Amino acid sequence: MTTDSYTALAFYVIAGLMVVGALGIVLLPRVVHAALAMVFVFFLISGIYVLLGADFIAATQIIIYVGAITVLFLFAIMLTNRSYAPDSNPANSQWMAATGVAVLTFGSLAALVSQANIPQSSDVSAGLGDVTLALGQLLMGPYIIPFEIAGVLLLAAMIGAIVIAKES
Amino acid sequence: MPSYLWLIPALPVAGLLLILVFTFRRPRISGYIGIAAVGAALVLSIVALVGLFGAQGAGRGPFITTFPWYQAGTATFSLGLLFDPLAAAMLVVVTLVSLLVHIYSQGYMDGDPGYSRFYIYLGLFTASMLGLVVAPNFLQMYVFWELVGLSSFLLIGFWWYRPAASAERPAPSAAALKAFVTTRLGDLGFLIGLLILFSQTHSFDFDKIEAAVKAGSIPPAILAVAMILVFMGAVGKSAQFPLHTWLPDAMEGPTPVSALIHAATMVAAGVYLVARAFPLFSSSPTAMLVIAWVGGFTALFAATQGLVMTDIKRVLAYSTISQLGYMMLGLGVGSLAAGTFHLVSHAFFKALLFLGAGAVIHGTSGEQNMFYMGGLLKKMPVTAITFLFGALALAAVPPFSGFWSKDEVLSATYNSGNWPLFIFGIVTAGLTSFYIFRAWFLTFLGERRLNPELAHAVGGNDDHGHGGHAPGDAHESPAVMTIPLVILAAFALLFGLVGSPWAHGAFQSFIAGPGETYGEINLPLATVSTAIGLLGILIAWGFYGAHWFSAEALTQRLRPIHTLLINKYYLDDLYGWLVAVVLLGLSRLFAWLDRHLVDGIVNGVAWLFYQVFGWAFTRAQTGRLPNYALVFFFGVVVIAGVVVGLPAHP
Amino acid sequence: MPITLTHYLVLSALIFSIGLFGVLAKRNVVAILMCVEVMMNAVNIALVAISHYRLVPAGNLVSGLNGQVLTLFVITVSAAEASVALAIILAIYRGRRTVNVDEVNLMKW
Repeated sequence: MTTDSYTALAFYVIAGLMVVGALGIVLLPRVVHAALAMVFVFFLISGIYVLLGADFIAATQIIIYVGAITVLFLFAIMLTNRSYAPDSNPANSQWMAATGVAVLTFGSLAALVSQANIPQSSDVSAGLGDVTLALGQLLMGPYIIPFEIAGVLLLAAMIGAIVIAKES
Repeated sequence: MPSYLWLIPALPVAGLLLILVFTFRRPRISGYIGIAAVGAALVLSIVALVGLFGAQGAGRGPFITTFPWYQAGTATFSLGLLFDPLAAAMLVVVTLVSLLVHIYSQGYMDGDPGYSRFYIYLGLFTASMLGLVVAPNFLQMYVFWELVGLSSFLLIGFWWYRPAASAERPAPSAAALKAFVTTRLGDLGFLIGLLILFSQTHSFDFDKIEAAVKAGSIPPAILAVAMILVFMGAVGKSAQFPLHTWLPDAMEGPTPVSALIHAATMVAAGVYLVARAFPLFSSSPTAMLVIAWVGGFTALFAATQGLVMTDIKRVLAYSTISQLGYMMLGLGVGSLAAGTFHLVSHAFFKALLFLGAGAVIHGTSGEQNMFYMGGLLKKMPVTAITFLFGALALAAVPPFSGFWSKDEVLSATYNSGNWPLFIFGIVTAGLTSFYIFRAWFLTFLGERRLNPELAHAVGGNDDHGHGGHAPGDAHESPAVMTIPLVILAAFALLFGLVGSPWAHGAFQSFIAGPGETYGEINLPLATVSTAIGLLGILIAWGFYGAHWFSAEALTQRLRPIHTLLINKYYLDDLYGWLVAVVLLGLSRLFAWLDRHLVDGIVNGVAWLFYQVFGWAFTRAQTGRLPNYALVFFFGVVVIAGVVVGLPAHP
Repeated sequence: MPITLTHYLVLSALIFSIGLFGVLAKRNVVAILMCVEVMMNAVNIALVAISHYRLVPAGNLVSGLNGQVLTLFVITVSAAEASVALAIILAIYRGRRTVNVDEVNLMKW
């Protein structure tokens, strides 16, 4: 099989599993199960990144999302109500309208995407080079200010979260 | 133009302000201030008048000075002064009669609680009338016209706290309101006419409008309409038919007021308007015809009602309406001189008659019904004789002034060829002498007939300080009241001579300029009119003097006519019905429409928004986050759809 | 058929819509937050995919990786936002003993 066909196979498998996982998040009746499905989806997304040659981001995805955010969510679930209850993740009264909106959204986005002629580069293999080095150079170069601001943002969020969630 | 001219209207204003600020609680001093102010104005007016004697051509004016007051677009509105022989004569008449009334009121209003207020109002009136006389344009004239109307209202309603004196007489406040509203109707026509003139000439100034009329730049039909509308103002102010109903009721005011305003000056303002704008009126034959007919008809119409009145002041009121009709008739047939001559002559003898009536009322402690008088010749001889002079003047008996001026009017009518109006004039002359001598005989001759219902001396209109005489005890008036009577009696006798052939019509040519033959007697005409006048006196003597005939019997025989006359041809009832049913009915309809339709729409819209939209939008605030998110994303979808659906840029 | 940009973008749209459905239709506020995270990840996929397929010719990586830089920032912000949001949820839970979003409706008319 050619590289392309390996890539295609990998893509379709990952994509298929991702859709199933996402549906699981929204449909599973227990919220803990939904959280686990979310972990599953994060892993798969990381796989997509690898497929696209963005290895640094793939790693970052695992570390932050799977590692930190998932833990955060699990803590929140555990700290709030009976997480193992069979009805802890129900649907609310407007789920039908929500379905409609979601379908419409997908429809319009897909239409947009297939109509849009996004100019693409002729050689995509260059995107599989030393991405991490390039990213580092970018972050420390042209994007130094957003980088620093992001740091401040994280500090603020940290302090904010502590203050809000404090027992007083 | 005399440089002191502005002082003439200003002095009474100064007087009234002084009274208002300083001497309101010192009534005697208020009276003196009023007299001093008007007296000074009189002196200045006489000086100004004399300055015009003998002037010819351009020396006769009109002299006009104005200063601009307000500018709107291309039109400039100005205020100022105008001086010419007509104005000069009017200034003297107004200040002279006003002064005599001021002096007379010292006696008549003595003891009245509103004494100072009275002199303030008198000053206001005098100043307004003088301002009207010297107005150089219609705008200023209209302003002072309204001020004069206001003064009249204040003075008629002077005793506003009094109720109606009897079933036939209204309360002073009601009478004042009626006067104001009725003249206001006339003023409406006046204003519309002025606006039409303005739209044609873009000016209110007399000389500019005159020039436009002479140049023929105003279409005759429009000019006629405008001038007839302007004449409506005169109809109201001068109590001509059909706006005459307010004048008899205005007799509820103090008698000096009746003398000054409703005999000599304010009601003459309408005549003055026609005289002032005479070049405009005479350029429209239609308007002149209207004026002549209104005047002639009113003269006859009012005289018939004077025949049956029992209240002495009301006889004089209808007489005033009738004589004003003569003035309008004179002007309407084209003789500025005749109308103006009768205006001045009438001012003197009518003021005399009213002040005399006031003396009678004062002397009988408030009796106004002639049928309860009698025998007053012995009790108040000065009053009786001066009143007689006035009566003779009114009846146009030579050599009294009324003869010369009425003769001028009649011969002008005769010369114009208008037979019906001439007949009206002659018949009215007969009726006039009859009703005035009926009044004189009833009041002064015979024995006193007391009102049986009055067991004590209760005042009608005239309840002031010195009550306490027994009924039937009439007395002569104090000197402050009799001296003006004597002065006016002298004028009534002698004034006519300035317009007589011996003076070669000096008055007429003074007013109207040389160029016509004035002061010539049409001997046949004069003889006929004098004979009719004397006949009227004789018939009155027959009924009320020597009692050859019985008035009651005649009244019985002609009861339908008598009822018609004594009910004033039911005009008051008609007008009352019009107002109550038509006007108020319409008003109620419009009020209903406003309340239910207009307000209904407004309230309905508010209700719609509140109930319907408000309910809907309120229900949308569910407070539930998922609802909000749903709507939010639905909006995103819509926008995405629009973007997708948009055609691509070419 | 080779995988083109369109495939990745459609996948991103699909995941985004599924996450959207979850945001609108769930009652448990923690679940809603999880779906928000899913939506953000879907966006990330799109960003990285476009970055990969739109590299400036001549293979200059530095000037062409803007998409991935933006993705990094999205991850950062999303992490910060998740932590603060969960803190709020905890605070609300302490007061109202519920994670049912329908019951937090003080803004109701």
